[in-house]
Amino acid sequence: MTSDATVTKHGPDIPAAVKDAVLAGVIALGIFGPLVGLKTEQNMSNELVITTRWGLVAVIVGIVMAGRFLLTTFIWPTIAVRKQRDKAPPSAGRLAFLASFKKWFPSGSLVFLFLYPAIVVYLLGFQGSLKWVDNFGIQILIYVMLGWGLNIVVGLAGLLDLGYVAFYAVGAYSYALLATHFGLSFWLLLPMAGILAALWGIMLGFPVLRLRGDYLAIVTLAFGEIIRLVLINFRELTNGSAGISSIPKITFFGIWSFDVSAPNNFAKVWGLAMSSAYYKIFLYYLILLLALLTAFVTLRLRKLPIGRAWEALREDEIACRSLGINTTNTKLTAFALGAMFGGFAGSFFAARQGFVSPESFVFMESAVIVAIVVLGGMGSMIGVALAAVAMIGGTELLRELSFLKAVFGDNFDPDQFRMLFFGLAMVLIMIWRPRGFVSAREPTVFLTERKAISGSLVKEGHG
Amino acid sequence: MEIFLQQLINGLTLGSIYGLIAIGYTMVFGIIGMVNFAHGDVFMVSAFIAMIFFLLLTTVFGITSIFLTLIIVLVIAMVLTSLLSWTIERVAYRPLRGSFRLAPLISAIGMSIVLSNFIQVAQGPRNKPLPPMLSGTVTLMEKNGFAATISYKQIMIWVVTAVLLAAFWYVVQKTPLGRAQRACEQDRKMAALLGVNVDRTISLTFVMGAALAAVAGTLYLSYYGVVNFSDGFTPGVKAFTAAVLGGIGSLPGAVLGGLLIGLIETFWSGYFSIDYKDVAAFSILAIVLIFMPQGILGRPEVEKV
Repeated sequence: MTSDATVTKHGPDIPAAVKDAVLAGVIALGIFGPLVGLKTEQNMSNELVITTRWGLVAVIVGIVMAGRFLLTTFIWPTIAVRKQRDKAPPSAGRLAFLASFKKWFPSGSLVFLFLYPAIVVYLLGFQGSLKWVDNFGIQILIYVMLGWGLNIVVGLAGLLDLGYVAFYAVGAYSYALLATHFGLSFWLLLPMAGILAALWGIMLGFPVLRLRGDYLAIVTLAFGEIIRLVLINFRELTNGSAGISSIPKITFFGIWSFDVSAPNNFAKVWGLAMSSAYYKIFLYYLILLLALLTAFVTLRLRKLPIGRAWEALREDEIACRSLGINTTNTKLTAFALGAMFGGFAGSFFAARQGFVSPESFVFMESAVIVAIVVLGGMGSMIGVALAAVAMIGGTELLRELSFLKAVFGDNFDPDQFRMLFFGLAMVLIMIWRPRGFVSAREPTVFLTERKAISGSLVKEGHG
Repeated sequence: MEIFLQQLINGLTLGSIYGLIAIGYTMVFGIIGMVNFAHGDVFMVSAFIAMIFFLLLTTVFGITSIFLTLIIVLVIAMVLTSLLSWTIERVAYRPLRGSFRLAPLISAIGMSIVLSNFIQVAQGPRNKPLPPMLSGTVTLMEKNGFAATISYKQIMIWVVTAVLLAAFWYVVQKTPLGRAQRACEQDRKMAALLGVNVDRTISLTFVMGAALAAVAGTLYLSYYGVVNFSDGFTPGVKAFTAAVLGGIGSLPGAVLGGLLIGLIETFWSGYFSIDYKDVAAFSILAIVLIFMPQGILGRPEVEKV
């Protein structure tokens, strides 16, 4: 690989780039040749047989070679040139645009979020809106809420938690068990699920107080897995991997029910046609309000001493301790509050699905939530929300690409590529912006004016 | 006594596999201070490569000698897995070196998702069973109808592990390559000043770790006779536990930790409850990290301002 400087001076070095592309092709052939080209399948007598797909391998190798060639001859030099140019400070007009964008974007998107179900219903009717409100609206908002909840732990306090899904599970199982066994209402169990999850947060947070960085991440991962394995194996309580089904729906504060058989069914009371869309729209607003509650609490807490202690802890734990901040309490409150919002989201999830099983709380979920927080830019609320929309919305969109079947044949299912693209996006975004979408650090206290600094200027200790 | 002996044999076999994977974790952590989260999935991919070539050699080329097949499969799996790991380091980790400390970890988690889903898409989500091979056993003790046995497979796993660990030990301790690797582990900047090619050494560390993971993958496949795209995560976490237990950064520690984890797991499932064997492994991970983060053979980490 030639260095960027020589490329910009002499223009692209075509023979070297060709050689490089051929080398990349050989490597791609070595990796994809056996794994893609020789597909193993079980035949009728359960023996594995090999079917070859050399055409597909040729296409992949071709794409890798072309991509590598374009990268070395065109894309990297362009980026290098642009980097040199961008060293000049941005113009006043650009700054003003950014400032106004920052001002109207949160409120603008809030208005859009509140109008979203109405827009979808107007465009597609009640039946058509189901998919857009449920798969996109509710699904994304759950992850926004989880991202914001974890943002307290990872983004503000700088404690990398890879087992956040455990608190989500505690919330979901609390609602599922208490509602099915004792018939308690969602509105009573929501705070209870939050409190239980917060207790678990403190219980699991206590032993890991001394750990930092990667070790903390691995121990929290272990805790998350232990809780999932206990949920699978403690069959007397949790019904094992079969899960808990027929979890009651949420009622509109007990006034209207969304059960079809109930006398106070929402549609019956208002004399509307039966449709599950009302319940979905209700759930949409509920999760929107829950997510906004998370955001509101976080934003207010950031201005309190505890919030500042969190951020100080994130930047440098040793300095924090020498200034007399009680790191034990600071860490435990972060764990407890993050866990509490995870618990809220969990009980909402259980009520929305009507069914919970340990399958929903695998490590992959934790990884997805951590990815959302880090990709968004640790600590930035807008960044986390944007990352959730991009990652969850983007992968949900893949379900909609059925027109690709016309191109690739009938047994092509874009859905199976969902997580593959998710993983690739994680790697690529990290390489492109290692500090996430929004990496600026905004001070909560300032003398005359608020000056944001780039995240790359802060050390980010090993909390 | 027979049950104890049998569990000991099974535990040592499982432990050798964990130990081989753990070396990959411990070397990478030692040299760049990063938990290579995708290592468990590299191990899984290597088992798939072994499975594909085993089928290819036995059904298409019709090689009947089991030892010849295993040796060819082992070599091919080591080469291709090393290539894969080298590429992953080049594409996903090298651009992030010296960057924000969470970035490589997130990139590695992303890579782990990519690998397992790539295999799921390319080879299908179902279990891949191989016909049984090397099915003989040696009976050691027999009493009241229960016999403690060693299967040929287990003997093969021990022999292969021992031979490769010896070869690996020689490379790390006696060759210029190993010296460069140990130098980078102690002080990367100083090693670079003294003319060690740090980038190349880090790449080679990934390659060596992957080659040993490929050995583990091939042995795992021949031991259990079945592999699935999701098989990377749990052995990966257990091998990481082994690396931490033995003292991260220490090569003998990784092997020792692997054997211990293998023994704990089999004894736990033999005497207590098979359902909770993974809980036991994860609990050990948590307990070790909390109470003795330096492990058995590791150096304590000094906190610097």
